[in-house]
Amino acid sequence: MTGNALAQVGVFLALLVLFARPLGGYIAKVAKGERHRLSFALYPIERLALRALGLSSDPGHPPNEMTWKRYAASVLIVSGVGIVLLVVLQLAQGSLPLNPHEVGAPTFGVSLNTAVSFVTNTNWQTYAGESSLSPLTQMLGLATQNFLSAATGIAVLFALIRGFSKSRSDTIGNFWVDFVRVTVHVLLPLAFILALILVTQGVVQTFDTPAHVTTLEGSHQTLALGPVASQVAIKQLGTNGGGYFNVNSAHPLENPNALSNLLQCLAILLIPAALCFTFGHLVSDRRQGRALIIAMFAVFVPFTLATVAAEQTANPRLDPVALDTAPSELQPGGNMEGKEARFGITDSALWATATTAASNGSVNAMHDSMTPLGGLFPMVLMQLGEVIFGGVGSGLYGLIVFAILAVFAAGLMVGRTPEYLGKKIEVREMQMASLAILLPAAMVLCGTALAVMVPEGRAATANPGAHGFSEILYALSSGANNNGSAFGGLTANGDFFAHLQSLAMLVGRFGVLVPVLAIAGSLAKKQAIPASTGTLPTHGPLFIGLLVGVVLLVGALTFIPSLALGPIVEHLQLHTPGGILP
Amino acid sequence: MTAFTAPEAPRAQRPHEPRQPRSLFDPQLMRAAALDALVKLSPRRLIKNPVMFVVALGSALTTLLFFHALFTDAGEASPSFILAVSLWLWFTVLFSNFAEALAEGRGKAQAESLRRARKDVSARRLRDRSNANYFDAPTEEISSARLQKGDLVIVQAGELIPCDGEIVDGVASVDESAITGESAPVIRESGGDRSAVTGGTRVLSDRLAVRITANPGETFLDRMISLVEGAKRKKTPNEVALDIFLAALTIVFLLAAVTLRPFSADAATAAGHGAPITLTVLVALLVCLIPTTIGGLLSAIGIAGMDRLVRKNVLATSGRAVEAAGDVDILLLDKTGTITLGNRQATAFHPAPDVTERELAEIAQLASLADETPEGRSIVVLAKSRFDLRGPAALVEHHPTFVPFTAETRMSGVDLALRGVSGPPRQIRKGARDAVVRWCQALGVPFPRAVSDATDEVARRGATPLVVVDGPRVMGVVELKDIVKGGIRERFAELRRLGIKTIMVTGDNPLTAAAIAAEAGVDDFLAEATPDKKLELIRTYQNQGHLVAMTGDGTNDAPALAQADVAVAMNTGTQAAKEAGNMIDLDSSPTKLLDIVGIGKELLMTRGALTTFSIANDVSKYFAIIPAAFAGIFPELRALDVMGLHSPTTAVLSAVIFNALIIVALIPLALRGVRIRPASSQVLLRRNLLVFGLGGLVLPFPFIKGIDLLLTALGVG
Repeated sequence: MTGNALAQVGVFLALLVLFARPLGGYIAKVAKGERHRLSFALYPIERLALRALGLSSDPGHPPNEMTWKRYAASVLIVSGVGIVLLVVLQLAQGSLPLNPHEVGAPTFGVSLNTAVSFVTNTNWQTYAGESSLSPLTQMLGLATQNFLSAATGIAVLFALIRGFSKSRSDTIGNFWVDFVRVTVHVLLPLAFILALILVTQGVVQTFDTPAHVTTLEGSHQTLALGPVASQVAIKQLGTNGGGYFNVNSAHPLENPNALSNLLQCLAILLIPAALCFTFGHLVSDRRQGRALIIAMFAVFVPFTLATVAAEQTANPRLDPVALDTAPSELQPGGNMEGKEARFGITDSALWATATTAASNGSVNAMHDSMTPLGGLFPMVLMQLGEVIFGGVGSGLYGLIVFAILAVFAAGLMVGRTPEYLGKKIEVREMQMASLAILLPAAMVLCGTALAVMVPEGRAATANPGAHGFSEILYALSSGANNNGSAFGGLTANGDFFAHLQSLAMLVGRFGVLVPVLAIAGSLAKKQAIPASTGTLPTHGPLFIGLLVGVVLLVGALTFIPSLALGPIVEHLQLHTPGGILP
Repeated sequence: MTAFTAPEAPRAQRPHEPRQPRSLFDPQLMRAAALDALVKLSPRRLIKNPVMFVVALGSALTTLLFFHALFTDAGEASPSFILAVSLWLWFTVLFSNFAEALAEGRGKAQAESLRRARKDVSARRLRDRSNANYFDAPTEEISSARLQKGDLVIVQAGELIPCDGEIVDGVASVDESAITGESAPVIRESGGDRSAVTGGTRVLSDRLAVRITANPGETFLDRMISLVEGAKRKKTPNEVALDIFLAALTIVFLLAAVTLRPFSADAATAAGHGAPITLTVLVALLVCLIPTTIGGLLSAIGIAGMDRLVRKNVLATSGRAVEAAGDVDILLLDKTGTITLGNRQATAFHPAPDVTERELAEIAQLASLADETPEGRSIVVLAKSRFDLRGPAALVEHHPTFVPFTAETRMSGVDLALRGVSGPPRQIRKGARDAVVRWCQALGVPFPRAVSDATDEVARRGATPLVVVDGPRVMGVVELKDIVKGGIRERFAELRRLGIKTIMVTGDNPLTAAAIAAEAGVDDFLAEATPDKKLELIRTYQNQGHLVAMTGDGTNDAPALAQADVAVAMNTGTQAAKEAGNMIDLDSSPTKLLDIVGIGKELLMTRGALTTFSIANDVSKYFAIIPAAFAGIFPELRALDVMGLHSPTTAVLSAVIFNALIIVALIPLALRGVRIRPASSQVLLRRNLLVFGLGGLVLPFPFIKGIDLLLTALGVG
C-alpha cells in the first residue's frame, strides 16, 4: 500500500469524525425536541408539517406517544403508501409534465422494484436513471423517498433508543413527530447545504432539455441534464445511493472532481457516524456512543485498507508480460479496470467500502471489475447485515441488535442475566434480535439458491463460473441488506430478478425494522437496573472487541461457504499458475 | 469455588445419609445413564431440544442414504463412508442424551433414598377436630396416605410423623435425618418458630398433636423428590432465551449448508467437472456447524446446577430462583449467626479506679459461676484464662446462694455468707448499667463517674457493657462483644468485587450496629430492624431495580421472604416462612446464601462459556470441510486446507468425530460448572473469552488434525 493511500484514508476518517461529532449532538437535540440555533428557521416548517398531518403543533400539548405496535403500524403505512404512489407515478410519467426526454412507463416489475427499492432505503437500480425516468419522477418520486425513507430509519432508531432511556413505559415516542423532525431539522438543511456546494463544483442542477454537443472526434453526443445536485446530496446523506444517472457517481456531471468525490464520500458516512454520537447523548452516557463508532471503525478501516491493497495488487496473469503494474507516484498501478481515472484506486476503493459499509450503494467505479478480493470486502460488508455504519438509523439499530447478542453471550460468561444499558436482555429481546439477524441472512442465501436454480437467474449473469455466482450473491446481499450497490454484470431488470429483489428488499427492511421496534417496546416496559461493579461495562475495549467479534463471526459463519464458491475460489484460481481463467 | 465455599459444617457421615455426594462418574450411575441415553432417543423427547433434534434428523437421513448406497449402485458415496458419518452423528445425539441422563442420574439416586423415607404409616387421627383436649380425645387408625389438610393426629415417641404439619400441642425431640441428613435430634414444640414438622421424620421422645398442613402427594417430601428428580423441571427464562438464540443459529447454519447444494450444482455445471456436494457431507457440515456442544449439554447444565444446590442441602422450588440467585446484587444478612457467632463473649475487664483488674475478674467470675448463658460462661472462661482464677474451689466454704436473672431486678449473681461472719450476706451482682445504677441508688452509694464513662466507651465500640458490683462497691465493667466470624470480612470483599452489596440486619441500636458493620466490612446495615422495616428496605431496593436475597425463619419474616427475589427459608423455621421462601436450606445455615449466589452465577457462566466455545469451534470445521466438499469442483480450494488433512473422506470424518467427542469431553465441565472467581465482570469476561472463545477457536485444529492422522493410520480414506 502506498503512503498516499494511507494519507488519503487517514484524512478522510479524521474529517468524518470532525463533522460527525457535532452533528451527533445536534441530532440528539432534534430527537428530544429541544431548541437549537436553526430553530427559528426550521421550527415553523415543523409546525406546518405537523398541522398538515393533523397533529398538535403546540409544544405544551405534544401529540400522544405510541406503543411499539402503533409506531410500527405508522411506519408500515408510510412505506406502503409510498410504494403505491411511486409505482403509480412511474407508470403514469409518460402523460405527466416535466418529461423532456419523453420517456414512457417502465414495466410493472421494474417500477415496483424501483418503488420498493427507494421506500426501503435500498436504491437498487433496475432502471437507467436518465433514460427511463422523467425528472418529475426523479424529483417527486425518488428524491422524496430519499428523504422519507432516511427519516423513517432515523425515527425507528430514536424509538429504539427510547426503549433504553425510558423506564416502565408503554410508549416509545410518536412516529409522525420523529419523522417530521428528522426530515425538517436534519435531512433538509444538510441536503440543501451539500447540494449548493456540489453545484459550485460543477454538478448540474437544471430543468433544461438535454445538451447536444460535438465531441473532439467530431461525433455528436446528447448529454442528459437535470436537477442532479439536489438529488445527489440526499442520495449520499440519506444512504440511499440511487444516482440521477445510470452510472451513478462515476458520471462526471454527478461527481466531477476530487473535491466533490471527497464530499460525497464523507456524506455517505456522515449521518450513520453522527448517530453513534447521538446515541451516546440520548442514553446519557457518551461513552456508549463512542464504543459503537469505535466498533464500526474497527471493521471499516481494515476492510478499506484491504480493499485498497487488493486493488493496488496487479493481476498475476500480467506477470509474464513485461509491464510495470506497481503503484507509484506516477501511476496508480494495480487494477484500474472499471475505475475513473480522475479518482484512481484509493478513492475508488475507499468509496467502494464506504458505500457498502453504509447501506448507500452509490458507486464511483464498477465493483464488477475489481479484483476478486477487492470485490469480496464490499460484499462482506453488506453481508454483515449493514451494521458497520449501515443505513441512516437502520445501521445503528442493526448494530444495537448485535450488541444485544454480544451482551447476552458476555452476560452469561460473567454469571449474570445479561443487561445492556441497564435493561435486562430476556426472552423477548432474544427472539426479536434473532429474527432481525436471521431474516436478511436467510433471504440472501435462499434468494441466491433460487436464482442459480432457475434458468432466468443464471441467464442474467454476464460471466460464467465463480464470477457469475459472485454477481448473483452480490445482488442478493445488496438487496436483502438494503444497500442497493450493484456489482454490475447482472441483468437485473427481467421480471425474475425484479420481483426477487423486491421481496429481498422488503424482507431486509421490515424483517429488521419491526423486530427492532418490538425490542424497543419490550425494553421501554422494563425497569432500569442501576450499574454495579458486577455489571459488565459496555464501553470498554473488551466489549468493543466482543461486539466486533460477534458481528464478524455471525457474518463469516453464515457466508463463508458461499463466499468460498464465489470470490474466494476466484481469487485462488487467479493466483494458481495454470488455473482456469475466470 | 474459592469465593463461595462455606466451611463445611462438621456432620456425622452415616450409612443411610441421603445426600452423600457421589462421584461424578460413579460406574453404577454411568451404566444407568448409558441405558437412559438410548431411551431418550424417542422423538418426543428429542423435539424439546431443537439443536439435537436436527442432529437426529440428520443421522436418520444419512442412515437412509447408507442403505440406499448399500443396496443400489446409485449411492452418492461409498457405503462405508456414509455409514461412518451416520454412526458418528448418532453418537453425537447419544452423547448428548448421556450427559443429560448422567445429570439426572444423581438426582434420581437421591430421590430413591428419599422415597424410602416416605413410607405409608398408620396415623392416629382425632375423630373430632374441634376437641381442644388433644391427648385425651378419641382417635382412629388411618393410613397416612388418606390424611387430609386440617386433620389432627397424635404422634407418640418412636413413631413416624405421617405427614407435614404444624404442632398444636406438645413438645418433643424429633429425628429429621431422613430429610436433612443431620443426625442430631431437634426440638419441636407448639407455638413459636419451631412448630413445623415434616412427614417421614421420627418423634424420639414425648408426644405431639399435629395439624396436617398438606394433602397427600403435596408434602414436602413429595416436592423434594420431584425436585431432585427433575420431573417438574421447567426451562428457565434464561434457558429459553438461549434456546431461541441457538435455534436461530441452527436455522442460519441450516440455510448456509442446504444452499450449498444448489450453489455447488451450479458451480459444477459451470466448471464442467466435479459433482455437487453430497447429502452426506452436507449433513456432516450442518451438524458440525450448529451449536451441538452447548445444545447437547444445555439441559445437563441446568439439572447439574439444581443438583449442586441439593448437595449443599438447599432445595429450590424452581430453577428460576437459582438463576435469580446469580443476579442478586443485594444480600440482606442477619447479624446473628451469619456475620457474628451466635453469642456475645466477654473480651475485656475495665476496673473502676480503685479496683485492680484481677479483683474485678475475680468478682465477675463469682457473679457468673452459676450463669449458664453463653455470655456468663465466657466471663468465667476469660477470668480463668487471664488470671488463672478458679472460683469454685474457694466458693464451697462460703455457702453460696445463686441469684438468677429476673426481669424485675435485671441482675444476676451470688450471695455469699462468709463462715464465722454474721450479718447480711455479701451480695455480688452483674447487670446492665441502668440496673446497677438503681442498685446503687437503693443502697445510697454513688455510681462512679469513671465506670459510667467506661460503659459509654464500650457501647461506642459496638460491645455490650456489664457492670459488676460487690455489695455497695462498683467493681467495674465487663466488655461483652459480638464476635465477627473469621474470614467473613474477606468474603464480603469478594462479594463486593462481584458487584454484590451486603446489608446487615440486626435488632441492635444504630451505634452498636455501626460498629459491628464496620468490623465485618458490610456495605450497609439496618439497625433496630423490625419485620416492617425489613420489608420496606427490600421494596426500596427493588424499586431501584435491584434484586434482593435474604434468609429468614420466623413467621414474621414471611412477608419479607415473599417480597425478596431470592428467599431462603430455614428448615427449622415455621411453615409460613417455608411457604413464603423460594428455597429451603435443610442445614438452616445462615451463610448458605453465599453458596447459593455462587451456584446461580456458575450456572449462567457455564452456559455462556459453552455457547461461546461451541460457536468458536465452527471456524475450524469450515477449514476442514469446505475444501473437502468442493475438492472435485474447485481443486484450488485446497489452499484453505490449513491443517493439511489426508483426504476429503478423513477431513469430513475428523470434523464429525471431533464434534461428537467434544461433547463427552465437556460433560465434566457441564456437570461441575465453570468455577467462579471473585473478580470484576471485566476480568471474568476477559478470562472466559480467552479460555472458551480463543480456546474454542484454536483447540479444534490440532485435535481434528490428530483424528485425521489416526484415521489415516487406521487405513481410512
